Amino acid sequence: MQIYLPIAEISVNALLLLGLGGIVGFMSGMFGVGGGFLITPLLFFIGIPPAVAVATGANQVVASSVSGVLAQLKRKAVDLRMGLVLQAGGLVGSGLGIWVFKILSALGQVDLFVQLSYVLFLGVIGALMLKESLGALRRVHKGNAQVRRAHTHTWVHKLPFKMKFRASGLYISVLPPLAIGAGVGFMSAIMGVGGGFIMVPAMIYLLGMPTKVVVGTSLFQIIFVSAFTTLLHAMTSGTVDVMLALLLIIGGVIGAQLGARVGVRLRAEQLRILLALMVLAVSLKVCADLVLTPSEPFNLTVESTE
Amino acid sequence: MIRALALLFAMALPAAAQDESIVLGLSQYSVTITTNYVGSEILVYGAVKRESPAPAGGPLEVIVAVEGPHTPVVVRRKDRTFGIWINNESVRIDSAPSFYAVATTGPLADILNQTDDLRHRITIQQAIRSVGISAETDDPQSFIDALLRIREKSGKFRINEGAVRLDQSTLFRTDVALPANLVEGQYRVRIFLTRDGQVLDVLERSIDVRKAGLERFLYTLSREQSLLYGLLALALAVLAGWSASFIFARLRR
Repeated sequence: MQIYLPIAEISVNALLLLGLGGIVGFMSGMFGVGGGFLITPLLFFIGIPPAVAVATGANQVVASSVSGVLAQLKRKAVDLRMGLVLQAGGLVGSGLGIWVFKILSALGQVDLFVQLSYVLFLGVIGALMLKESLGALRRVHKGNAQVRRAHTHTWVHKLPFKMKFRASGLYISVLPPLAIGAGVGFMSAIMGVGGGFIMVPAMIYLLGMPTKVVVGTSLFQIIFVSAFTTLLHAMTSGTVDVMLALLLIIGGVIGAQLGARVGVRLRAEQLRILLALMVLAVSLKVCADLVLTPSEPFNLTVESTE
Repeated sequence: MIRALALLFAMALPAAAQDESIVLGLSQYSVTITTNYVGSEILVYGAVKRESPAPAGGPLEVIVAVEGPHTPVVVRRKDRTFGIWINNESVRIDSAPSFYAVATTGPLADILNQTDDLRHRITIQQAIRSVGISAETDDPQSFIDALLRIREKSGKFRINEGAVRLDQSTLFRTDVALPANLVEGQYRVRIFLTRDGQVLDVLERSIDVRKAGLERFLYTLSREQSLLYGLLALALAVLAGWSASFIFARLRR
């Protein structure tokens, strides 16, 4: 069943788009990542123009995050206050990111920067998560699980402007979450993703939030970051394709619901190992594209005549 | 010098005199792109009108060229730098057609001479305008070749030699397939009549390619009311997310 996309200006198979949305939505519901880092490269792959893929991917992420967050809210697994603090930082970061993005576009090196960011961030985060979660799993299996203290006091706890985050059971300064939000907002504006794959590990390892609220809180703040990105793309470049988004969304929201169900049944360590492996796989794929000799060294950019 | 020019003109004149001219029909003069558009075929048919019997010389040949709207294109080349492939040299081609299909009765090299190709810009190479790119790079041809290669591979540039059927040097017809990834605009259809490599007559028509219905509405909205369009996209996303959550909550009970 072919369908013509009004903004992307190509005809694609509607079922393929539904399936793609479904797979990404499933991951999103399971891991609490928006899925932007998966959907965008997948859309490139089926021939959607990159600018449209990035913008529409953001729109799809909004839908799957809303669906996911509602499922998590029922389980009281969303720290709204933490989400809002992260969000405040995120808006500043993404504003800055969009400014840098414009400079890089002018230099013609956006692709390279995006690819390098993917390799670096996904690679490092994936590797760290895999190492940590494998270690955790091994300890559980041996049976002599170390009793981790609820929170270890570090320099983070000496910072001013402390705030109580009840859902996370934390009493920490607002500065680290603000900074993390800003960093993630910056990266997501440049990489065209929601930033969940950076946010989730940052919340676990830097803020010491309990894993059970991490997924919901991450999704909660991703809604706003990606909504902001979508609106901005729609207004500055007009590259959001509603038709494409709708198909991805229908697949995505269903996938997200199923993913959330499956995620509940898996243990936190298993969940993290799976996420780590997926992040590493994407990182390796992007890395291979950079290093291997391309079959076509030339590429075209059509300039609009408007 | 003047005499030489006059001689040249005199030689060119018999060919320019319209002994043989084209009568043409197109199966459609407009293409509407709707949601279920998957590409279309345009039937180009016609006849050769003669005031006098066919003159002596080689056989009559027909060339049909269909050309989409032109845009500037930046062609970039990746080079290996510090072990990774980076966009290095780039060239801006002033004007390249978004679609170009040429159908002929025979091999282009045999039925069209260089001079007339240059004059009428018939082959794809001639349709691309790239003034001054030699100042941008040492090897301009490789960039133009790349443009041709990439667009040919994606089906946007097509050469179908021998795809035009010509019966008794009078009736001709061919099908031109328009791809699914069509860009809006005026598509130029030109038909050339040649003999011994010289163009005898040219006829030009245009096909209007437009989005219609929902496609038209969304496209216009995204261009003219981009804030509204963006909010619509977000509302759609939130609604879809919420309803999926709601439905699944019901199903579980």
